[in-house]
Amino acid sequence: MADPVFRIADLRKSFGPTQVLDGVSLELNAGEVTVLMGANGAGKSTLVRIVSGVYDRDGGTITLDGKNFSPASPADAIRAGVVTVHQNINDGVVVALDVATNLTLDRLNGSGARLFFNPRSVRRQAREVAARMGLEVDLNAEISALSLADRQMVAIARAMAHEPKVLILDEPTSSLSSAEANRLFEVVDRLRERGVAILYISHRMSDIRRLADRIVTLRDGRITGTFNSKPLDYEGAVNAMLGQTIHRAEIAARDGAHTIFSAEHLRIADHARPFSLGLGDGEIVAITGLVGVGKTALAETLFGVRAPLGGMMNLNGNAYAPQSTAEAIKAGVFLVAKDRAESGIIKDFNLYENLSLPFLDRISRLSVVPRRTERAVAREAISELGIVCRTERDDMATLSGGNQQKVMVARWMSQPASLFILDEPFQGVDIAARRDIANKLRESARGRATLIFVTELDEALETADRILVMSEHTIVGEHRNADVDIDRLLAEIAGQNLKGAA
Amino acid sequence: MTLRDFAIRYGFLALLVGLVIFFSLATDGFASPQAAVFIFQSVAITGVLALGVTATLVVGGFDLSIGSVATTAMMAAAYVMVIMEQNAFVAVVTCLVIGVVVGLINGYLIVYMRVPDLLATLGMMFLLVGLQRIPTEGRSIATGMTLPDGSTANGTFSAGFLALGRHRFDFFLPNLIPVSVVVLLVLAVLIWFFLEYTRFGRMMYAVGSNPKAAELAGAPVKAYKIWAYVISGVFASIGGILLAARLGRGDIASGNNLLLDSVAAALIGFAVLGAAKPNAFGTAVGALFVGILLQGLTMMNAPYYTQDFVKGAVLVVALVFTFALSNKGRT
Repeated sequence: MADPVFRIADLRKSFGPTQVLDGVSLELNAGEVTVLMGANGAGKSTLVRIVSGVYDRDGGTITLDGKNFSPASPADAIRAGVVTVHQNINDGVVVALDVATNLTLDRLNGSGARLFFNPRSVRRQAREVAARMGLEVDLNAEISALSLADRQMVAIARAMAHEPKVLILDEPTSSLSSAEANRLFEVVDRLRERGVAILYISHRMSDIRRLADRIVTLRDGRITGTFNSKPLDYEGAVNAMLGQTIHRAEIAARDGAHTIFSAEHLRIADHARPFSLGLGDGEIVAITGLVGVGKTALAETLFGVRAPLGGMMNLNGNAYAPQSTAEAIKAGVFLVAKDRAESGIIKDFNLYENLSLPFLDRISRLSVVPRRTERAVAREAISELGIVCRTERDDMATLSGGNQQKVMVARWMSQPASLFILDEPFQGVDIAARRDIANKLRESARGRATLIFVTELDEALETADRILVMSEHTIVGEHRNADVDIDRLLAEIAGQNLKGAA
Repeated sequence: MTLRDFAIRYGFLALLVGLVIFFSLATDGFASPQAAVFIFQSVAITGVLALGVTATLVVGGFDLSIGSVATTAMMAAAYVMVIMEQNAFVAVVTCLVIGVVVGLINGYLIVYMRVPDLLATLGMMFLLVGLQRIPTEGRSIATGMTLPDGSTANGTFSAGFLALGRHRFDFFLPNLIPVSVVVLLVLAVLIWFFLEYTRFGRMMYAVGSNPKAAELAGAPVKAYKIWAYVISGVFASIGGILLAARLGRGDIASGNNLLLDSVAAALIGFAVLGAAKPNAFGTAVGALFVGILLQGLTMMNAPYYTQDFVKGAVLVVALVFTFALSNKGRT
């Protein structure tokens, strides 16, 4: 086999005290699609940003065609022949301009660029670029009139105009429909035939099955697995990505008492298979699955943020169809949303004000908020959950991630729930805080159904009585957390049994 | 508490006290009840508008239309009484309705039409500046004016309405406190209590700080935003009523500075007590600060044309307090 075109060796990068990339080595071969898999926070984006010239590396070497490659800027990386198409499609195109200008945008900058802008030559160059890629988009169209897939095609076509040796696609299908994704795959096939070395970052199993020649898995800043031999070992890759540290925690799996919440033939995405779901009193059910399989969509459907596309929900024996979050809360369905910084914390509010937020109407007298009650509730939560802080009036910014998350959980535990949903409650939470939260959930589980959405399998195994597996916006497997068949579980996460079902 | 914290928290109030002491020593008559009342009266209308715009700042918005809402209300009051020959009650209700309607339209444009707040209210500002001139073909309204159809306007400002601008309550001294100052104080206490102590005020702050989190906590975010613009519109129309009552006519040339002065007061309020966020107490202090400074300088014979310069300088200093010194201002 020929030498790899692109070789990364012992790449290191840290942000402050956090080591994000801890000695990553990776090789890309010409005419081959290498898929890089990794969970959130594994370091994929950092890797991409270093390679595309956005970040400097702390250590390690990168060579392109045997020569040292250290781009000073994104433009530098592109000139050297390493082109990146970023995850956010609209970062790749300028919406205010037309297709022709977008295709030739790079030529407007740099030392060779002319002072005046000649529309005719722009159009001529754009035609060349489009023809080479087989791009069938009206060159005069405004980008804003194009679909996301077409915008992405434009971004890729422009990238390819540089005749790159290495193309990096960062989760390119994350906002495309399956038909649009198929068009993208054809383009990737064509580029592979032309001998481009492609690094394809994704955790969509259907993409990976369709495209991968090799799979490399990244976890906690290290390469944890390389899969070369055909047929590719997809389950092994998922296992390597999620980590083999799975240890059996001491969970005495309980069975739910009478059903509190049930859903029949629920459908949460177009073309997704409807599924049914029952949650019992006192049990904790974890729903696990890769990123982008619809976990958050399901959480938001249960909480009234979005309406289901089909099916019925039932809560405590009554039909349940919340039109808003306020209705869900009133019915006793609470959600600790994922990504607390974006959708949980009010950063201008202190600890106790953050804690009381959803239930101000319940504790207020004549609409006046009684601070004494608020603070008493907060003090109780602090001691119950072991929140490390000075007083209940602390700024949220002074708390650690784990303690911030405890406040978010405590916010919703101050009132009794029928269905308590937590979406990725352990993200950015240290081990100690994670144990505290999990223990508290198990202790207080009586009288409600608890549903947690987690990507990390460990977290599900450590916390839940029952584990459901989601894939392609539907539920594909169920396990009682007593003697779980890990192989079957991993196979379901990797989407294996969908073939039979479809 | 470090010295720096102390400076951030009390620096602006200390500056205010310092100014009062300085002017009291440097001029005759600054430290008198009459002068104090005069300062309050000079900032009453600006202050009422500033309190209203504070509500929109709290939900993360902005209202540039307040100045023109106030002048439109003033013209409407004059039109209702002088040309339509109605009584004071009808005039006041008309003004308040204008405030509510403009607030609802602003809120609708911003929340449902997704027009950015500055642009929507800028558009509304122009619209109202033009609209208030159409019924009288661009002329000011006063008793005895000639109407477009050639007849003469015979209505008058009713005594009750004029009292809103001219009556003074006894307070230790006879005829001391004007109605406008009482209105300012009452509205200040009301909006302060509303924002600081009720669940609605708390939720408005939550909406302004993180709308997504507020929505996931069950808040009707859109309704809160619209209500904030209604509050702003109503306060501005109350300011317009006071202006009409003070002038006794519908003067198209008045109220030019209202918008900038009141926005400045609300922004200066960010610096008071190190809040680094819109707050009613700060807004009231901000309005007073500008009033005291201008009054003091006037009594020290500073020329009138330096006033805007002084206001601008105060605003810049206050913004430095808010954004550079306080950690809260950093994102």
